[in-house]
This record gives sequence, structure tokens and C-alpha cells, in this order.
Amino acid sequence: MIPPAFDYAAPTSLSDALALLSQNPEAKVLAGGHSLIPALKFRMASPALLVDINKVAGLAYLREAGGWLAIGAMTREADLDRSALVREKYPLLADTARMIADPLVRNLATIGGNLAHADPANDHPATMLAYRAEVTAQGPAGARTIPIADFFTGPFTTSLAANEILTEIRLPARRAGDGGCYLKIERKVGDYATAAVAVQINVNAAGVCTSAGLALTNLGLTAIRCAAAEAALVGQPLDEAAIKAAAQRAAQAAEPVSDYRGSEAYKRSLVTTLTVRALRTALERARR
Amino acid sequence: MPEINGFGHSMKRKEDARFLQGKGNYIDDFKLPGMLWLDIVRSPYAHARIKSIDTSQAAKVPGVLGFITGRDLEKYNLHWMPTLAGDKQMVLPIDTVKYQSQEVVAVIATDRYTAADGVAAVTVDYEPLPVVVDPHKALQPDTIKVRDDKDSNRIWHWEVGDREGTAAAFAQAATIVREKIYIPRIHVASIETCGCLADWDGVNKRLTFYVTSQAPHVYRTVLALVAGHVGLSEENIRVVSPDIGGGFGGKVPVYPGYVLAVAASVLLGKPVKWIEDRSENLAADSFARDYHINAELAADQAGRIVAMRMDTVADHGYSDAQASPSKFPAGLFHIATGSYDFQKAYMQVDGVYTNKPPGGVAYRCSFRVTEAVHAIERMVDILAHERGEDPAEFRLRNFIKPEQFPYMSALGWEYDSGNYHQALRVAMDMIGYADLRREQAEKRARGELMGIGISSFTEIVGAGPAHQFDIIGLKMFDSCELRVHPTGKAIARFGTKSQGQGHETTYAQIIANELGIPAEHVKIEEGDTDTAPYGLGTYASRSTPTAGAAAAVAARKLRDKARKIAAHLLECAEDDLEWDKDRFFVKGAPGKAKTIQELVFAAYTNHPSDLEGGFETVHYYNPPNLTYPFGSYICVVDIDRGTGQVQTRRFVAVDDCGTRINPMIVEGQIHGGLTQGFAPAMMEEMQYDENGNLYGGTFMDYMVPTAVESPKWEVGETVTPSPHHPFGAKGVGESPTVGAPPAFANAVVDALWHLGVRHVDIPITAPKVWELLKQHGAALEE
Amino acid sequence: MSTHHIKLTLNGETKEADVPARLLLVHLIREVFNLTGTHIGCDTTSCGACTVILNGRPVKACTVLAVQADGAAVQTVEGLAQGGQLHPIQEGFHQCHGLQCGFCTPGMLLTSAAFLAEHPNPSDDEIRWAISGNLCRCTGYMNIVKAVQYAAEKMRAASAQPAAAD
Ligand SMILES: Cc1cc2nc3c(=O)[nH]c(=O)nc-3n(C[C@H](O)[C@H](O)[C@H](O)COP(=O)(O)OP(=O)(O)OC[C@H]3O[C@@H](n4cnc5c(N)ncnc54)[C@H](O)[C@@H]3O)c2cc1C
Ligand code: FES
Ligand code: FES
Repeated sequence: MIPPAFDYAAPTSLSDALALLSQNPEAKVLAGGHSLIPALKFRMASPALLVDINKVAGLAYLREAGGWLAIGAMTREADLDRSALVREKYPLLADTARMIADPLVRNLATIGGNLAHADPANDHPATMLAYRAEVTAQGPAGARTIPIADFFTGPFTTSLAANEILTEIRLPARRAGDGGCYLKIERKVGDYATAAVAVQINVNAAGVCTSAGLALTNLGLTAIRCAAAEAALVGQPLDEAAIKAAAQRAAQAAEPVSDYRGSEAYKRSLVTTLTVRALRTALERARR
Repeated sequence: MPEINGFGHSMKRKEDARFLQGKGNYIDDFKLPGMLWLDIVRSPYAHARIKSIDTSQAAKVPGVLGFITGRDLEKYNLHWMPTLAGDKQMVLPIDTVKYQSQEVVAVIATDRYTAADGVAAVTVDYEPLPVVVDPHKALQPDTIKVRDDKDSNRIWHWEVGDREGTAAAFAQAATIVREKIYIPRIHVASIETCGCLADWDGVNKRLTFYVTSQAPHVYRTVLALVAGHVGLSEENIRVVSPDIGGGFGGKVPVYPGYVLAVAASVLLGKPVKWIEDRSENLAADSFARDYHINAELAADQAGRIVAMRMDTVADHGYSDAQASPSKFPAGLFHIATGSYDFQKAYMQVDGVYTNKPPGGVAYRCSFRVTEAVHAIERMVDILAHERGEDPAEFRLRNFIKPEQFPYMSALGWEYDSGNYHQALRVAMDMIGYADLRREQAEKRARGELMGIGISSFTEIVGAGPAHQFDIIGLKMFDSCELRVHPTGKAIARFGTKSQGQGHETTYAQIIANELGIPAEHVKIEEGDTDTAPYGLGTYASRSTPTAGAAAAVAARKLRDKARKIAAHLLECAEDDLEWDKDRFFVKGAPGKAKTIQELVFAAYTNHPSDLEGGFETVHYYNPPNLTYPFGSYICVVDIDRGTGQVQTRRFVAVDDCGTRINPMIVEGQIHGGLTQGFAPAMMEEMQYDENGNLYGGTFMDYMVPTAVESPKWEVGETVTPSPHHPFGAKGVGESPTVGAPPAFANAVVDALWHLGVRHVDIPITAPKVWELLKQHGAALEE
Repeated sequence: MSTHHIKLTLNGETKEADVPARLLLVHLIREVFNLTGTHIGCDTTSCGACTVILNGRPVKACTVLAVQADGAAVQTVEGLAQGGQLHPIQEGFHQCHGLQCGFCTPGMLLTSAAFLAEHPNPSDDEIRWAISGNLCRCTGYMNIVKAVQYAAEKMRAASAQPAAAD
């Protein structure tokens, strides 16, 4: 399996990278390369130019500031996985990174690439929907902020323009009473999800849910945010009844299709099961 | 002097050094001056007429040097080749493709990147034709005919046993169970794919063919048969099989790519390399299994098995390309009476063509034994459950008893030795069987699903005795040529070919054991047909039973010669000498002795005048019978009612493979074999849709287990030597692959039987289990 | 297609080459630099037979462009043994029979060595998790886990008695 021919450039500044993209409409950004290079090998993509942004400084970081956790787009999954900050305060993100691909892939795969690729089977999109994240896109005209809810426009498509680079992802910084969890059913390590559920909640001292984010992976044409399920949680004491009610609604929001990973009914039922289990874990974590 | 390291020593492997330091020599590591690269255009359709092939764009790619199509081969009558099962298959099609990923055009270029560009630039215009994928449909009267050169899709019909007697026994039986059991199509998926490098020397008219082959001699003969008429003569063919990155049966068949590389090398006068991609390997190379079995088992009132009947459809795809002994088109499937003592059995098998890739290799299994063991072990479990009995007790009652060996089975095999009761009891003790049953009852009361599965298999390996076993006429003996140098160091050559089994170590240990030369000083060579004695290769766990035996007998022949020399040197009668490890001594006078090193030296420097000089011999070993390894496995699983996921909590494997030469290597073989039993039981399958499109054609969707999914094996052993093998060994590489799948299936069904589940086909995936739970009202809806 | 002059350190040695943009790192190592210990086992970045250590981290060299290794430090299996001395992980695989056909072995060795450098005292399950990007079809992983533990112990012992021996 051999990629077709293409040109390659490795700019060292963001402005050079953006310029290259603007000059070459057939160019593609190369980040971790772990979706793009396999696609090239199967000749399912044939960009004229790859603009490698690995040499652009300052795109890989994790920092809390101004009420957000800011993550540089070139941050590798492995670095999310091994970050104590992420593990302690952002368990939903930690769970997600750990379930992506395998340890070797995670050493190169980036969170920015995972979102920009917008494969409905990618794991970060649902997680970012649950977090109510926002991203920064840099283009020739400067930076703009895109709320994650507006980011995924279809399978493998996003609201990024061809000459824009995703540079940063921001999640609301952890508050007291926050808890999250990502649960994914996969057939083996390295597999995409049969079904996966991302939940991020906040509960107050009285045990009442004050906010909830709930989204699904590989159960539709894009990651699916389950607004009805979220609504079923907010304002409720987070007991088993509320959890089950939310799980029912999450299952209704799913749009699974039968395939070799399982029937539509199976996947829908997984949504219920995983949502219940993820909410229980998230609640436990919120109380810690 | 290093240790001798005979039998029973876990000597560290001699071959490790090169593999640990990146100095292994696998096929893709070969590079010859001027080497060209071959790549293949393959069919996207499972059945289609080729309307046209356009290579004009590809010809413009700089570095693309040429193409080979079926029409080109037809001119030399090279477009067909024989399979090892005596059928034939296309090298390249003339006008119709018969399965997805079939080879259509070969592209030859200066390097692999250019060859790939050439392949991408070839356009083939197809007219899709209707396909038949289901072998049962293929057997119906007015269906699509897969092979234009045959009258029907039925390749062969084979039956064995006593049809009437079996029917009569069924008529009188107290309990009869019936089940449809499908053993799906799977793939060996060795981590190294297949490949070759053909190097034609036009001046000397000589072909050197480097290839990933488990059976290099057979390849040489097949090449001579295929291309003899165009001038490839067997003495001018040298097949070299280098280090192999896993074989498991997949590197026994001859693939079209090999013939194409040879043809290209001859045409262009340059060395030509062809290395498969993983997707080509999965989609087009020989598969394994694909047996549809209708099984019936009957017991009397007292719970004794009285009769078995099986009616089976064997899907071979477009050609019967298995490497099966010619007398047995369904391989050794009639070992299916298993470990049980009953005398009425009958089976019939129909081999069928479908629009799927050709094959039927013995994947880490001696010719269809996996299918046989799965069928009988599932049926025995179903019968025990049906009678409301503990499956262990039911087995213990029905096993062939130790004193019944040698035992003639209902379908005609003479089992050499066994102690099935002991193996099962050891396994039950290791796992704490009674406690587990108690735990299971408690859990069930709480609505939790836990299952315990047993498999007490009998294997049949070491093919085989020349009167019964041949592949395309070649008798299935194997060989050893043993030469000891003057300083007492040896080289031994074999007709087999290791793919990780550690032959360089174990064969050396056999010779060390018999001749007293330290194993470290016995160099083992395999895989070069110019130097190795003829042999049928390594598969079906036959190396130790055949070539290993040949080594022992060859060493013994030389020991006899050493005795003569010792008598000469010590001036005594041969009968006065006794052998001890590495020397002959005069009976009653241990001080009067000559070591093997002294005796060998004398063979070159001071041998008796009536004796030939030198110290070498060759032996072709024709086994008097097959060997019958056996074992009992017990598996414990927990099932998640919410997701259908099955967790293997424990797996105990007690194997009896007779004498163990190197226990460390044997244990490694068992671990690997068990994992290759787990994989098809729980994860792997090649599925085709109704149009013959494969799902499972890359490692993203062909589910080879990682270290995370693979169970943690607990192994035990019993030792019942083979009475007819020179040192009592039976062969081991495959038993675990054969024995493990029913243990998993039985455990899962055991967990679900009380819900009304009687059977589940492998692979037992989470969605499959969930559908069963759902059907029987046991799925946990959170 | 653009061609690029690259310079990298391969097992400690400086190497240069002119590479077409699409050349994969695994082919650079195998075919341009003739180090054939790095293998290829799949098309989908699944098997890890091609594992090398790139700037300290194990990665799949079939999914990195050769040109991306410009300026990088690359280590392959050929660079594991130092001064004729096997690396403890190599010794562990030999002692514990952690290899059969040897095809996955270079990748397993490199992944494990990099893992042990960060996790000197791993549990068996952590080892299994760490090597889950490397497929082995022969061993069933049991002895690989043992081999990694063997190396871990050896490396711990070595670091417990610093330099005194020299
Ligand atoms: C074996 C294997 C298993 C995998 N399993 C999973 C899994 O379970 N879950 C999962 O989520 N993913 C999985 N992946 C995918 C992996 O996470 C990819 O790395 C990820 O999808 C893309 O990230 P990347 O950095 O590699 O991006 P690349 O492959 O470099 O790029 C992907 C796409 O995004 C674009 N892009 C990348 N970065 C940017 C940016 N900053 N701005 C604008 N455009 C950009 C590229 O142009 C390209 O079109 C797997 C991959 C492999 C090889
Ligand atoms: S070759 Fe399989 S992961 Fe690189
Ligand atoms: S030893 Fe053969 S693949 Fe691992």
C-alpha cells in the first residue's frame, strides 16, 4: 500500500503554514498523520501538497487559564493520557484519550486532527460536545472562535475553511461538583467504537444536577449531542430514576445502522446501558 | 564442553540471537542487483466478465516496464496451475474473474512505489455477473455454476462409516441431540505476509526462487510440473525458504503471485520480487475452515454415547486448494468420534465451489481436525446438558479407557495411546471445578451469568504413513541428513521448515539426546532444496512426529557405526559395549570408554578397514501410524448482560503430547496455539455479503487479538508417550488451536443453557450474545 | 512530487538522504539504509511490526513520512544492543522465550524498552496495555509479558547499584 505522489512542505510558523494553504487549494494539513497517511496509502485521498504543521512551534500545550482548559491542537493523545492535570480534573478527557487507537498510534495522533478529521467514529467529537468546548481556527484573516456545536457539519466535514488551521481547543475549567466519564465498547484495542457515550455533569451539594452534557460516538453521521437527555437531567436530583430517564432519551437520539459491529437494536441498547453506567461513574467522580 | 541438552531440557533457543538483533532474514529482506518489483491488479467483483484491459496509461508511468495478463500466459499454457488437492486454479483469468481480489494483471516496475502507481493506472472494464456465495445454494440444481470447466458446483462427495448400523443405533437411542454447527471462514494472518523473489539465470537456465514456503520441496516439484514444458527442469530449480514470519498453514499453498514472479523473471531476465500487502493476504490467500456441519449424537438410557452422524458441506471457494492428503478430501475430519468410546458412526461431506477465494488450508490444525473436535465437543456438551448431567461426569463416563489403547475408532483410526480420564481430572483439580460449579449456582440465583466449558479433545497428527498419505502423489515421509565433522560437531539438514517452532533448537536436542553431541554443536539447516533432503515440509504438527523421528533414527544409525569403531579401538566385541549419554564403555569397566567425539574423530582418522570412512547418514522416516495427542481444557467465562461481552476469567489447559523435548518451547507452542484457538472462538471471521464482498480484509476489521484481549493461560500436562514413535513424542503445535474453541463455546452455552440457549456459533461476539440474551428475555435493559 | 534532502540520527549515527515526499519512514530505513530489522505487517497501522523509536517515543514507521524524520533521532532494533551487550529487554525475550517466528519481535522489543524507561515497575496488565499496539500471532503474549518483567527486574537491579561496578 503506497501513497500517490504529492508535494510536501514543513513550515515553521503558523503564518507560513496559512499562506501555503491559501496558495494551494489542493493542499491538506498534516498533523499526527494517523488518519491521513492510512487514507493516502489506500489512495482514498490525493492532495497535491501536504502542509506538515509538526514543525510549527507552540501548538502543543495544556494550560488552565481564564476559566478554561486550553489544549493546543497538536497535543498528542499520549500527552493527554499521561497528564496528571487531565487525569485528576478532566476524567472524561482522560477516559477518551486512553480509549483511542493503541499506545503507539497515540504517540503521534493529535487531538486537533481527531476533531478536524470529523470521522463519526472518532472519539473526541462526542467528548467535546459533552464538555461544551470551543475551538480556535486561524485563517488568513486571523483567528475566530467556533463553538463545538457548530463545528461538525457532516461526516468528515467541519466548518473549518480549507485555508484554516485549528489551533486550540478549550474546555470549561473544572468546577466543584463536575464529573465526567467516557465509556466505549470496542471489539479490540485499536478498534473504532461500536458505540460510545460521553457524559459531563455538575451536581450541587444537594445532589441536584446543575448542568449536563451528553453525546454519542459512531451512532450517526456525526457525533450526536443528546439535548433531550441533558434536559432530563438538569434540575433533577441525580438518582437512578433520573439516570434511567436520561438513558432512554439518549437511546432515542441515537441513529445507529446495522453493520458488522452489531445490529441497530444492539447499538441502541448499548447507548442505554453505557449512558446509565457512565452517569453513575460521573456522579461518583463529581462527589469526590 | 557445553551441556548435552537432550530431552527435557528447556534449552534457550539457538535461533533467537538473529531475531533479537534485527538480523533475521525474511523474504522482504532480500535484495538482488537489478531487482524489479511486481504488483497485482485485482478484481473488485466476485464474478465478472472482463470486457477489456487497458494498460496504456500505466505504460506511460516512468519505471513501469511491463504487464502480464491471462492472455499472455495462455500462449505458454501457464494460465492454470494445479492445487495441492489435485484441483486446479487460474494463475490469471482469460475472460472471467471468479472471486473478489482475484489476480487480473501483473505490473512489473523498477521499484515498489512505481509498481503501485502502475497498478493504479491500469483500467479494467468488467461486466458483473451473478454470484453464488452460500454453498447450500451452490448445491441447488439451477444455480450459478462457479467453474466453467466442471459439471456442477459439487467438487466431491465423500463418506465414511456404517450408514445402516448408525441409523439402527439412532433408532434405538434414548436421547438424541441435533445441531447445525458452522465453523466460519478464518485466516491464518501470520504477521509476515507471503512473498517471493524469483531469480532466473538465463545463461545457465537456472531458477533460484526465494519464497515464504512451509514446504520448499513441494514447491520445487510443483514448479517443475507447472513449467516443465517451458524449460524449467527440476534440477535447475532451487527453492530457498528463508526465515518465515509465521506460517500456520497459510504458506503451504502455491499462490498465483509466485508463478507470476517466475514468469516475469524469465521474461525480463531480471530478479523479480513480489510481496503481498496485508489486504491482499487476507482477501486472496488461502483461508481455513468454512464447514457447515449437521451433527447428531445419540445416547442410551444409561447416558452412554452409542452413535454419531454428521452431514457436512465444505465451502472451498472457487477451487479446492487445500493441502490435504489425496485419499482424504475432507482431511482427517473423521477423527470426529473424538475421545469417546462408541462404535457406530457415519459421516458424509460435500466439497462445494462458490465465488469466494480458493482454499481450505489446515490452519494450525492437522487437516480439518479443528472442525471435527469442535463438532464432537459441542455435541457431547449438548447431550450432557440435555440429560441434565454435569458435562465433566458425562465425559468421564464415555471416554475411551486407558486399557483400551491401542483403540480402533468407529471411523477407522487406530489411536496409539491415551489417558483421557487423567487429563480431565488434572484440569478439574487445577481449576477447582467443584467450587466453580457452586459459585455458578449462587450467581445464577442472583441473575448473574457465569459459564464453565470443557473440551476433552483428541488430535491426530504426524501425517503420515506412506500407504495412506500423499500430497499430489508425494508420500508424506520426512527426512534428516546428519553429518558429523571430525571434531565431533554436526550439521543436520531436514525437509521440513520452521516458522517459529524452534527447529534449530529442538532438532539439535534430539540429535544430542541420541548421539551425545552437545545440542549447541549441532547446526540445523532447512529450507534450501539444493542441500536439504526431500521432505514434505512443516504443517499439521508433523515435524516432530516425522522429521524429528528421522533425526532420531539417523542419529541411532550413526551410533551403531560408532559402536563398531569403539569395538575396534577398545579391542572388544560390539556386544561388550554399553552406551551412556555420549560414550561407549566396556561393560563392567566404565573407565574403558570412548566418547562420541573420539569415535567420530577415529571415523576420519583411524577407522576399521572393513568400515566406510566418514560419519554421516540420511534417513527417510515413514511413520508406522499417526500420533494422537490429547488434552482437557476448562474455561470459565462471565457474561455482561448489558453489553453481551464475554470475559474469560480463567482457562486451564492440560495437554498430553507424549515426550516433551524442550518443555519451554512446548509451553510456548501451547500459549500460541491457545491464543489461535481463542481468536476464532471469540473474535475472528471473514464474512462475505451476498455479492461476494469481503468484510474482514484489513487488520482494522479482521480481529486479531492483542495482548489485552488474549486470555491468561494456565497450563498443565500429563505425559503418555506414543508407543510407536522412536522417542514417544506426539507433536504439539496445533492441539491447543484445535482444543480451545469448543471450551469457549461450551462455557458460553453453559452460562445460558438455563435460559433455553442450546448453541451459539463461533465467533462468539458481544452482539451475538446480546441477541441471544434478548431473545431469551435475559438482556439487561438499564 | 517534491524531493527533500533530510538528515537524521539513526541509532546514533548521522545519516543523510534525498527522499521523495511520499516515501514512508519504514521504507527509508529498510530500503535506503538497509536496516531490515524493522518489518512491515499491515496496511492499516494496526500491527506494530514497523515500530521504531522516534525522538524517544515508539511509533509506527509505516505511518510516518521519511521526510518528517528530518532532524529527528530514530532508533531501530539494530540499535538496541550496545557495545556487544544485549539490552536487558533482548535478554529477557531470550531467557523467557518471548519470541517464536521473530517477525513481531523488533517492534515488541522497542515498544517494551520505551515503556520500561518510563515505567520501571509495571504490573502484568500494564505491560499488556503497553504492547497492545503490537500484534504477535505466535506467542499468545504470555512469555512476552514475562520477558518484559524479566527486563524490568534486571534494569531495576542495575539502577539500584549505580556505577560502583565500573
Ligand atoms: C490503527 C488506528 C486506530 C485508530 N483508532 C481510533 C479510535 O479508536 N478513535 C479515534 O478517535 N481515532 C482513532 N484513530 C484515528 C487517530 O486518532 C487519528 O490520529 C485522528 O483521527 C487524526 O489525527 P491526526 O493528528 O493523526 O491527524 P491527520 O491524520 O494528520 O489529519 C487528519 C485530517 O485532519 C486534518 N487536520 C489535522 N489537523 C488539523 C488542524 N490542526 N487544522 C486543520 N486540519 C487539520 C488533516 O488535513 C486531515 O484531513 C485510529 C487511527 C489508527 C491508525
Ligand atoms: S506495518 Fe503494521 S503498523 Fe506499521
Ligand atoms: S513471534 Fe511470530 S509474530 Fe510474534
